[in-house]
Amino acid sequence: MSGENAIEVKNVSKWFGGFQVLHDVNLTVRKGERIVVCGPSGSGKSTLIRCFNRLEAHQKGDIIINGISLHNRMRDIAEVRRNVGMVFQHFNLFPHITVLMNCMAGPMWIKGVSKEEARERAMHYLEKVRIPEQANKYPAQLSGGQQQRVAIARSLSMQPTVMLFDEPTSALDPEMVAEVLETITTLAHEGMTMVCVTHEMGFARAVADRVIFMDAGRIVEEGRPEDFFSNPRHERTKLFLSQILRH
Amino acid sequence: MLYIDTVESEVLVHKPWFVGIIFALVLALSLMFNLTDTTLGELMRPVIGDPQASGLYGRFATGLVLAVLFCLNIVLIGFAQFKVQVAVVWVELLSLFLAFFNAFDLSLPFIWEKLPILLSQGLFTTIYVAAVSIFFACILAVFGAVAKLSGNGFAFAISSFYTSFFRGLPLLMQLYLIYLGLPQLGIVLDAVPSGVLALSLCYGAYMTEIFRAGIQSIDRGQWEASRSMGFGFGLTMRKIILPQALPVIIPPTGNNFISMLKDSSLVSIVGVWELMFLARSLGQATFKHMEMLIAVAFIYWILSVCMEFVQARIERHYARSKIR
Repeated sequence: MSGENAIEVKNVSKWFGGFQVLHDVNLTVRKGERIVVCGPSGSGKSTLIRCFNRLEAHQKGDIIINGISLHNRMRDIAEVRRNVGMVFQHFNLFPHITVLMNCMAGPMWIKGVSKEEARERAMHYLEKVRIPEQANKYPAQLSGGQQQRVAIARSLSMQPTVMLFDEPTSALDPEMVAEVLETITTLAHEGMTMVCVTHEMGFARAVADRVIFMDAGRIVEEGRPEDFFSNPRHERTKLFLSQILRH
Repeated sequence: MLYIDTVESEVLVHKPWFVGIIFALVLALSLMFNLTDTTLGELMRPVIGDPQASGLYGRFATGLVLAVLFCLNIVLIGFAQFKVQVAVVWVELLSLFLAFFNAFDLSLPFIWEKLPILLSQGLFTTIYVAAVSIFFACILAVFGAVAKLSGNGFAFAISSFYTSFFRGLPLLMQLYLIYLGLPQLGIVLDAVPSGVLALSLCYGAYMTEIFRAGIQSIDRGQWEASRSMGFGFGLTMRKIILPQALPVIIPPTGNNFISMLKDSSLVSIVGVWELMFLARSLGQATFKHMEMLIAVAFIYWILSVCMEFVQARIERHYARSKIR
């Protein structure tokens, strides 16, 4: 396991119509590594991680997830998606089924797990995100923070090897940010490979093995959090950090 | 419910100017149409004498009584609770309608005599034709909607041609084309299958648009969450998108079903023994047209009311996950 790469991104470019969102991006994520991606809005950071499970298609270069190259083959894409969990900014829980069913659906419908086992597994992960008592409610009855934790449990119930977080706390009230970040931190300490797009710099400092700063579709700077925050090399990074850390 | 401003407003029917206008209106109308030869005039005989000979005085007196009664009625209803108001107004309108039909001098025994066959043969066929058609229409609609939303040019073209054609032609003409046109190509369909085919195709075209709108109303994030977990297209559609689209789809579909119950009367022209056909043939034989038509009209109405209740129940069912 060790030494193998979970995600390899080689010379990836992507266009939305005539507008280039990703310029020749190169990135390697080792298994068990925790990456935080930050940068100003419109810098392509969300687009980049959405390419990792092919919610967006890249037009040039290679993206290899767990040894599977993402191209137009639907079977490969499905295989990657089964092993890569994603948590969204707006949770995207399924509102018509209960919290428990949200977590049982994946294992039952995709992995062919029996109903009893799926229930057991779902409850296990709901306990892990500390809301087993909400299992039989519908998502709309939960607070934002609780919903996001359910979304994490839903992803975990597929037992992924990589977790992608797309601004998981951006849509939350300030006091709910902490509970979600704690959940993600716990996950990080258990050795889950994760890539997290976030503006929570305290979280990045505490959890990340590497921080990546993107601007205008390029990776401008990357480094260990202690180096990244204390002496950034690029002017653009300095400007960004001074603005984001000022308040 | 519409949004109601939290202002205590005066009840309209208690305002003197409003009651005054209504009073004047009713009085004027009853002066215009001579009401002395109605039941009301007959009841007023002690006051106005022989209704036929009462003249202008008779007209005025009956009009006055009617106007007073009417104004009293609306003022009293104005005091009641919402539900009571609804019930009273419904009952009053209904009895007005019954009185209206009663004026046709219908032969009730004839209706009672024919009711069993209307219900056993006609009602059954009507419901059967409508239910089977709506079933096929829904299936057509799902495929039509998916085709219309897909990026596939062929699928989109076929689907949009289908909806354009079958929405653009009168249902009656489609029925003729299928029942009289297809036999020329060597395909002979019985009356009932022809009717079901025409209704399904026509309503399928309308419902394609309903289903398309329903599917489109679902947030993109639902697709992304579902696909990111590895669910395929079919699974996402069946388990995630369609169940959420149903609350959007059901009210107009219920509407269409009610509409189809009544449009199924069109298949009577190809000789299907449903309600309308029976009403006309039974009425024709005895020259009691109105008896049969009115009886069948009420059966259609009652059916529609039942459907409204069913629709309301289903809507309540799907409102579950919206509770906060």
